[in-house]
Amino acid sequence: MEIERKLLKRSSLERLVDMMRSDGNMIYAPQKKETQVVFDTIETFADMTEDYIVSNQSPKFVAFPKIEKILDFSISQEGIRQEGTQLAAFPPVVVLGCRPCDADGFDSLTAIFNWDYKDELYNERLKRTTLISISCAQKDDYCFCTSVKGHPGSTRGSDILLTRFDGGDYLAEIVTEKGKALTEKYAALFEADPGIEKDKFLAEVKPRFEVEGLVQKCMGMFEHPVWIEQSLRCIGCGACAYVCPTCACFDIQDEAAVSKGERIRCWDSCGFGLFTIHTSGHNPREVQSQRWRQRVLHKFSYMPERLGVIGCVGCGRCSRACPVDMNLSEHLINIAEV
Amino acid sequence: MEQDNIYLPYLMQIEKVTDEAPFVKTFRLKFSNEADAAAFNFKAGQFGEYSVFGEGESTFCIASSPTREGYIECTFRQAGRVTTALATLDAGDTIGFRGPYGNTFPIEAWYGKSLLFIAGGIALPPMRCVIWNCLDLREKFKDVTILYGARTVDDLVYKHELEEWKSRPDVNLVLTVDPGGETPDWKGEVGFVPTVLDKIAPKSQDTIAIVCGPPIMIKFTFPVLEKYGFPDDMVYTTLENRMKCGFGKCGRCNIGKVYVCKDGPVFTLQQMKQLPQEF
Ligand code: SF4
Ligand code: SF4
Ligand code: FES
Repeated sequence: MEIERKLLKRSSLERLVDMMRSDGNMIYAPQKKETQVVFDTIETFADMTEDYIVSNQSPKFVAFPKIEKILDFSISQEGIRQEGTQLAAFPPVVVLGCRPCDADGFDSLTAIFNWDYKDELYNERLKRTTLISISCAQKDDYCFCTSVKGHPGSTRGSDILLTRFDGGDYLAEIVTEKGKALTEKYAALFEADPGIEKDKFLAEVKPRFEVEGLVQKCMGMFEHPVWIEQSLRCIGCGACAYVCPTCACFDIQDEAAVSKGERIRCWDSCGFGLFTIHTSGHNPREVQSQRWRQRVLHKFSYMPERLGVIGCVGCGRCSRACPVDMNLSEHLINIAEV
Repeated sequence: MEQDNIYLPYLMQIEKVTDEAPFVKTFRLKFSNEADAAAFNFKAGQFGEYSVFGEGESTFCIASSPTREGYIECTFRQAGRVTTALATLDAGDTIGFRGPYGNTFPIEAWYGKSLLFIAGGIALPPMRCVIWNCLDLREKFKDVTILYGARTVDDLVYKHELEEWKSRPDVNLVLTVDPGGETPDWKGEVGFVPTVLDKIAPKSQDTIAIVCGPPIMIKFTFPVLEKYGFPDDMVYTTLENRMKCGFGKCGRCNIGKVYVCKDGPVFTLQQMKQLPQEF
């Protein structure tokens, strides 16, 4: 649909939060918790912080929770009973204040969860999620969205994109039918297009590399020594995958007491040594350089080739989180140059 | 809406347990729910996720042939947490099964050709499915040769079926055990599979070779097939990798851009040679 522009006054956004909440939505927004900015549920607009570049953890968990129950089971004299997770019971969710890169991240996840089998656990959660993003007025040296087809004011992936302008009011761009439905429901809060020039209120993120060329190059880089050089200091902690808005790798585990329990799907990371180990002890990715190569090539070669999407939105979280200062965008520039 | 949950297994009842070899068992499984049974079908080469509730899931092939309807069989070696729990189960117990997943052996494309099956150790199960599938359509093929080797005589699985294949005039069965694995009354060959293959000097003309076994066996078998003139696209094998989902999402089974759970487990030697060396 064609993007519609409206004015959302700051006071109206405050009321919008209250109204959406009293209509039964769970509203996730960035909050300051100790040294971190994390997405958690808010009760009023005041609970949210606006002072962040990107949150430490991505909001991907709203559609792909860290731990998702697949089924409950019980074992008794009568035998085994199982009950699958009731998708209809998933709550309606609004994510307020995710960044354009975060919204973009859901496109990568959607590609992974639907390229062949359709993962309705993910789809059903995303279907019930409305993304109200806020464009970026600030950036830091880790941000590289513009190198991977993103932009501080990109509307892609969001249902509504807010851009804060002078005085703290917002330009609201209504991107999807879901966004439109929301503005129609709370029509009184959305006023006529403020007619501002959006770009003036956006951070400037300079492109650092040319991604199409990088993707092409990556397709022939499997045997290159660059993976060894780059990964020498990687300790395989997996933090980069946990904070990443596009990482989708998971494990399936049973958690059980004596006669009942649940089967869960939980986040995992290709950075872990145990990720690919066979029961026999054989491990196709035995050393960290092979795991680093998997991480980079999965995002910049396998996903573009198989799913038609780049598996990175340039949020920079992996590099901010890395305890040994592995910097993805610098490594990518290096890969483009070697 | 429950049926939309692709992670939800079928419940299956163990109908029969067969001890095959030390730590190796075969289960015959029947669907607990009639409707599941009616809706289910699979093809040779496919695999599934078998689960013990409370312990988790484990990946192995369907070892029975799709021509034998009404049940599936799996053969597993007790090794990890789930297979150890499976090994304690008996007839009448219930397990979970998700599947079938993965690609298949193109059996119809092999009609009119000779078949050479080469299997080592615990890798006979994926092969057994396709062997029975082909033997149940025996008139479609020319010569059928099965070369099967294990470490010791004790480790040979499907012993009853080996007897059956041996007694069939339309099957040429060659059994071998590794040097030192023979018993005093052993009548088969002694030697590693690639060596014995070289000895039987297989004819490659109009012949499909299917190779399943431990990586080291596969590695030394391919050059022997090459020596006898088997073209790479006439040689099939199955790859194994650690799997969790079975349908291209959990992200751990890939070799480069190839997902073993989706693009495999069946590959030709030609396809194998294009894979990056990470398996
Ligand atoms: S790989 Fe790093 S920069 Fe790219 S999307 Fe993931 S966390 Fe963000
Ligand atoms: S966060 Fe850094 S050290 Fe940890 S796995 Fe990722 S790259 Fe390696
Ligand atoms: S087993 Fe999960 S992606 Fe292949």
